Amino acid sequence: MKKLTHLSLILLSVTLVLTTRLAFHSSPSSAAPLPAPDAIMLNGAGATFPYPIYSKWFSDYNKIHSDIQINYQSIGSGGGIRQLLSGTVDFGASDAPMNDQQLGQAKTKILHFPTVLGAVVPTYNISAVSQELNFTPAVLVDIYLGKITRWNDAEIAKFNKGVNLPAQDIVVVHRSDGSGTTYVWTDYLSKVSAEWQSKVGRNTSVNWPVGLGGKGNEGVTGLVKQTHGAIGYVELIYAVQNHIPYGRVRNAAGAFVKADLAGVTAAAAGYAKTMPEDFRVSITNAPGKAAYPICSFTYLLLPARIEDANKKKVIKDFLSWMLSDGQEEAEPLSYARLPKEVVGKELKQISQIQ
Amino acid sequence: MAGIPVPTGRAAESRRAPALIQGIRSGDTFAHLFTLLCAATILLVTVALVHQLYINSTLAQHKFGFRFLTGRSWDPVNGDFGALPFVYGTLVTSALALLVAVPLGVGAAIFLSELAPPRVSSVLTFVIELLAAVPSVIYGLLGIFILVPFLRQYGEPFLKRSLGFLPLFQGPMYGVGMSAGGLVLAIMVVPFIVSISREVLLAVPVEQREAALALGATKWESTWQVVVPFARIGIMASIFLALARALGETMAVTMVIGNDPRISSSLFAPGYSIAAVIANEFAEATGDLYLQALVELGLVLFALTIVINGLARIFIISTTKKGAGH
Amino acid sequence: MGWRNTWRKVVNYVMFSLTGICALITVSVLFFILGYLVWHGGSSLSWAFLTHLPTPVGESGGGMGNAIVGSAKLLLLASAFGIPIGFLGGVYLAEFGGQTFSFVVRYTADLLNGVPSIVVGIFAYTVVVLPMKHFSTFAGSLALAVMMIPIAVRSTEEALRTVPLMLREGALALGASKWRTIVSVVVPAARKGIVTGIILDIARVAGETAPLLFTALSNRFWSPGWNQPTASLPVMVYNYAISPYEDWHRQAWAAGLVLLTLVLVANVVARLSVSGRSAH
Repeated sequence: MKKLTHLSLILLSVTLVLTTRLAFHSSPSSAAPLPAPDAIMLNGAGATFPYPIYSKWFSDYNKIHSDIQINYQSIGSGGGIRQLLSGTVDFGASDAPMNDQQLGQAKTKILHFPTVLGAVVPTYNISAVSQELNFTPAVLVDIYLGKITRWNDAEIAKFNKGVNLPAQDIVVVHRSDGSGTTYVWTDYLSKVSAEWQSKVGRNTSVNWPVGLGGKGNEGVTGLVKQTHGAIGYVELIYAVQNHIPYGRVRNAAGAFVKADLAGVTAAAAGYAKTMPEDFRVSITNAPGKAAYPICSFTYLLLPARIEDANKKKVIKDFLSWMLSDGQEEAEPLSYARLPKEVVGKELKQISQIQ
Repeated sequence: MAGIPVPTGRAAESRRAPALIQGIRSGDTFAHLFTLLCAATILLVTVALVHQLYINSTLAQHKFGFRFLTGRSWDPVNGDFGALPFVYGTLVTSALALLVAVPLGVGAAIFLSELAPPRVSSVLTFVIELLAAVPSVIYGLLGIFILVPFLRQYGEPFLKRSLGFLPLFQGPMYGVGMSAGGLVLAIMVVPFIVSISREVLLAVPVEQREAALALGATKWESTWQVVVPFARIGIMASIFLALARALGETMAVTMVIGNDPRISSSLFAPGYSIAAVIANEFAEATGDLYLQALVELGLVLFALTIVINGLARIFIISTTKKGAGH
Repeated sequence: MGWRNTWRKVVNYVMFSLTGICALITVSVLFFILGYLVWHGGSSLSWAFLTHLPTPVGESGGGMGNAIVGSAKLLLLASAFGIPIGFLGGVYLAEFGGQTFSFVVRYTADLLNGVPSIVVGIFAYTVVVLPMKHFSTFAGSLALAVMMIPIAVRSTEEALRTVPLMLREGALALGASKWRTIVSVVVPAARKGIVTGIILDIARVAGETAPLLFTALSNRFWSPGWNQPTASLPVMVYNYAISPYEDWHRQAWAAGLVLLTLVLVANVVARLSVSGRSAH
């Protein structure tokens, strides 16, 4: 037994040595080169809504500039705001613009940089139903208030003639973490329903009347995928990448619109020229026949004052890259590009970072 | 040192030199102090931990007072926080875990101590004790991908069909929920019950068994009516320890409990435990009150585990006292 | 009276069969877990998986090299803090301790041991991450070290207590000072138990996820030094398991297999090496 202990101790230390060697020697087939001694590392955290495109951006940026690593963790918009305010990350990300109270808590001024536009879709998992369902605002509100509890409810059937809706219980899924996607969803519901506004309101984290909680867009998608009868709200790309059906929503002009790039771009188009200076705007329930009603900008949150000169340069360079080359990568991932006018205003805002 | 008459001779030296000086010379005092400091670090860390928990939750304490423990709503929008749904979820999942784990664990312990041949018993106990080493997140992984679908498709419908007249087994069946949380916890705490119960059962003097058998009892009667009652305090201690472990368990429960702060009478319903809500919401609680409410929840959990652990120790101490008395 | 005796015999048989079934169920759970992980995760294990970095969502070929190294670094630093303090504390309790102080220390160690790991995470966050304004390997290691100390204290004390008094007295009689006795005689005599305790301690915290969630956070890249967030095996398993991507689920199984194998191997080796000492 003594020999066994010795042998295993040797094995353990060999493993340790090997793994540490691995960390300090780059191998030709490794998926990414290891950081050079003077590599710059930035840490950001926040929204899960744009995570698919952010992870692509930061990976591509690292391929172009191998000495720059931007580590982004999708912990939810609420987390992004919180950690930015605590100063534990270099930048945050959120779909919900920071409100005045939060901005007031910050030690320096915080700048909002819209990155892409996305849509929040109602996705569902109903037995034997693979068609697209039509949802009116009232139906969505009542489902999430717990008033409509079965899929074959008259209110749903009214707008979905020809679809064989089963008598299945509706399993409502929402976010369990502080979420910008929740903010967009509840912002929309508050705009279309006074009852929702007074009972629940709009926020990154609300007191849900009913439902299961999933962590992140990822968690909600996972729950909907696995639970028959489930309905959840997720960013468009999550529904697309996971091949789960999502419904059409009736917009302010009365047309049932399915979320796609055209619908999102149409929703943003109306606001491009009237964009406020600080970019904090809500574009849900946008006017126009082609507009998809549940869209949002998503923002990178940056302090206007950055002490470290290296980090400042990297952030400014990245933002310029993001607004030009980065935008090319948006549409393949089902995010809409920023309108030209917004890009122009943002390029000017970059100079505000001191 | 001048002026103190120091007798010569080695034996005399160690006898007459003041202990402290000798201690310093031979390094003993230093060793004593150094190890004392390390032991004291434990005290320091624990005090610091409780202190941090306390001062980082003062806002919430002032706002809610003891209402915190009975408040039912968890409303970040309106700043109204109550611990009751989480305490409920924690206690229900733990209770369910014990309900399943205690018969299973004590049964296995009886088998291993009374019936199995010694070598087989050692090997099987070894394997069961390895279960305690499996990381929590692995249990969660298996919970999500095996237990939850099983419950949703077979387990919960079966319970609903057979016992659906009880409010415990009514309502929609999601798979995730209190039942999943309780079952995952049950598997995680069974090794503790088996291991400790088996030890106390083996420690029961063989005379007790022989006396019962001599009076004509069957082996089962001897076990159930003599041996187990003799060892019951140790078994109780193992149950308390298992409970303490179940209360604080985070990852496995978070992954299967459904994350809904709701008090429901059905075991099928989603719930939330204290540890799970802290894990989910801590990194993102915007606003001081929200964050401090979460820290206060941590304080409540800490207090709960202290109490349960304390009770377990009392049981263990009284067992050893009893054992010494025999 | 015949039927009554038969009934008692039947009860005897049935009840003991039930206990046998209980034992069977409990034992088979472990094999089930291992088997399932091997089945689901084994096929995803490859040299690439063990050494590559994670890839963006939707791209294949990602790996967990940074998580494995991250876990190794976390454990290394945590052990560097936790083991010496725990060991020396155990030495104090076994060799020097006074009555009340020792009782208080033991009680506190048990208390600390029972603190839920998420609460330890809160503590490390408020004490290290907030002041440093950084998620870091260091913060994660501190949280793990706090969990390691009580276990190390108790296992060291128990190991030292098994050393017979005679050995100590012999050394003292030869003129050795107390600390010489401890260093040269007692500790070497108990080294098997001490080393076992250390291995079990490390294996226990290797699987901890909750304390790392808001201390070491996670990282998509290699984590240089000790001041940056780092990926770790348990956190990766958690993040990937709750995601909706099939590829990530696959990787979660594989990572879980790696983690479980390391933990179980450490446990088996440690326990087997002292199995001669236990009273069974």
